[in-house]
Amino acid sequence: MRQLYNFAFFDEGSKREIRRAILKGIAIPGYQVPFASREMPIGRGWGTGGLQITLAIIGPDEVLKVIDQGHDGSVNAVNIKKLIVATTGVEITDETARASLIQSRHRIPEVPLTAEQVLVLQVPTPEPLRDIEPRESETRRLHAEADYTGAWLGLFEQVVRYGNMTTGADHPVLVNGRYVMAPSPIPRFDNHKLNNAAHLTLLGAGREKKIYAVPPWTSVVSLDFEDYPFAPETFEGIRCRVCGAQGVYFDELTDPDTGEVFHQCNDTSYCQTRREAQTRREAQT
Amino acid sequence: MSASKTTAPVTDTGALQTERPILSIESLSCSFGTGCPFCAKPEHELERNVCPRCGTVHALRDVSLEVYPGEIVGIVGESGSGKSTLMRCVSFDQQASSGAVRTALVDEGASNILACSPQQKRAIRNAFFGMVYQNPWLGLRMDFSSLSNIAEQMIAAGCRNVEQMRARGLSLLEKVNIPLSRATDPPRVFSGGMQQRVQIAKALSNNPPILLLDEVTTGLDLSVQATVLDLVLALRRDLDVSMLVVSHDLGVIRMLAQRSAVMLDGRIIERGLTDQILEDPQHRYTQQLVHSLL
Repeated sequence: MRQLYNFAFFDEGSKREIRRAILKGIAIPGYQVPFASREMPIGRGWGTGGLQITLAIIGPDEVLKVIDQGHDGSVNAVNIKKLIVATTGVEITDETARASLIQSRHRIPEVPLTAEQVLVLQVPTPEPLRDIEPRESETRRLHAEADYTGAWLGLFEQVVRYGNMTTGADHPVLVNGRYVMAPSPIPRFDNHKLNNAAHLTLLGAGREKKIYAVPPWTSVVSLDFEDYPFAPETFEGIRCRVCGAQGVYFDELTDPDTGEVFHQCNDTSYCQTRREAQTRREAQT
Repeated sequence: MSASKTTAPVTDTGALQTERPILSIESLSCSFGTGCPFCAKPEHELERNVCPRCGTVHALRDVSLEVYPGEIVGIVGESGSGKSTLMRCVSFDQQASSGAVRTALVDEGASNILACSPQQKRAIRNAFFGMVYQNPWLGLRMDFSSLSNIAEQMIAAGCRNVEQMRARGLSLLEKVNIPLSRATDPPRVFSGGMQQRVQIAKALSNNPPILLLDEVTTGLDLSVQATVLDLVLALRRDLDVSMLVVSHDLGVIRMLAQRSAVMLDGRIIERGLTDQILEDPQHRYTQQLVHSLL
């Protein structure tokens, strides 16, 4: 292969700079570390933050998985994979358990991650207090003083107006008892997967030029009230139409011919793995 | 005054010296600019409150003032005289250049609360001060419901129970005569008088012993002014709150305050019982102010 770029696209200096930000983020769980976000060959807002983290930490022996909203084959995931493979030549997989490095847009896979895996999340809005306070200088001060009234106020407003907390995704979490963090917009369903997790989670916001991290075995608590406790989405009585799975995160779809509403696993690789196992079992019997 | 207390020395302001002020402001100064050796000397004349040599604006110069428990102290003065800067310094919205603010509620008044850490300042403000700004847009989150605005300080003080905060918010809104059907409306859609009353409700959320009112009635029409002033007096009567009230309107001061101070160009030029100041002003500026009262 003729090398048009340095390994993993970046020059070594850039990688070191990003790694330093990552290390600082790991050292201060939940703290947003500013970094010099690079121009990337994909547009800002298309996962440049996550991509820069991935390129900065990827090695030649890595097995990479990229997901976009739970899907391994959607446009964003495919393009990012193409770029990374073209500049590193690493192996690509859809299978969660086989991957050593997983870059994801807005989902954490259904299969629990292990201590050997690193999860990279793409973040559009890293600042959990942005709705309350538009000035960056002020939100930095609020974080420094651990003044998180605003985060709770946003949730209180939802309860007062709509009768319950209405965050669909990006429900703010308190990391390691210190920093309130936006968990990239993962659904509430995935929040508990960050708490005391075996794996390292790195979050990158390219447009906002921030990197932050949740180290392994770190407490991640979703903000809530005594009388309105945090609750993930429930999918009671719902089964995946394809693989029959229960208790996972579902997409709601409509059959274009019959108009019937049905559900399917949001994590396509999880669904497919189950489907293949079922086919094998059927073949044996 | 009981016979046993008449032996106690009485200050010129009429308050007993044995009683300790709940809030005392000591030699507070606040300037905007670099300052120079010329304007550093208090005896040098400035052009109003601007240094003729370096152009530094001395918004507050050596202001001292005490508020006793359950008392309303008024501050009058023309616009630009430093009234609001004084309030902003006390409520930590503005950093003072020098001087001290003490309250009997913190360390028995031993420590200067202006020198506290930002966290301590926030805790003090949440627990002991209720601030009502002249402009409701400064004191309220206009896009959040009135209930959330009132709950904000309770959340800051550590409350994490929605129903408790909702109940407290509704009772305060009732107290300030806002129909409960509007409780979830944002103040943005309220009239000026209602916004001001939501601000007062917000200031009262943690039952603060000290209220700081900055031009609460300015810009309100007369009937609404009367409602707000009635409310302020009722709060003092029912809750025994101490207040520092800033206004350029002598009528408001006359109605609310027992003691007053007159400010001009960043200094207090006259102080005493409100009646006394209004009936027998000593300083030339105060005389002018009183005689221009319509």
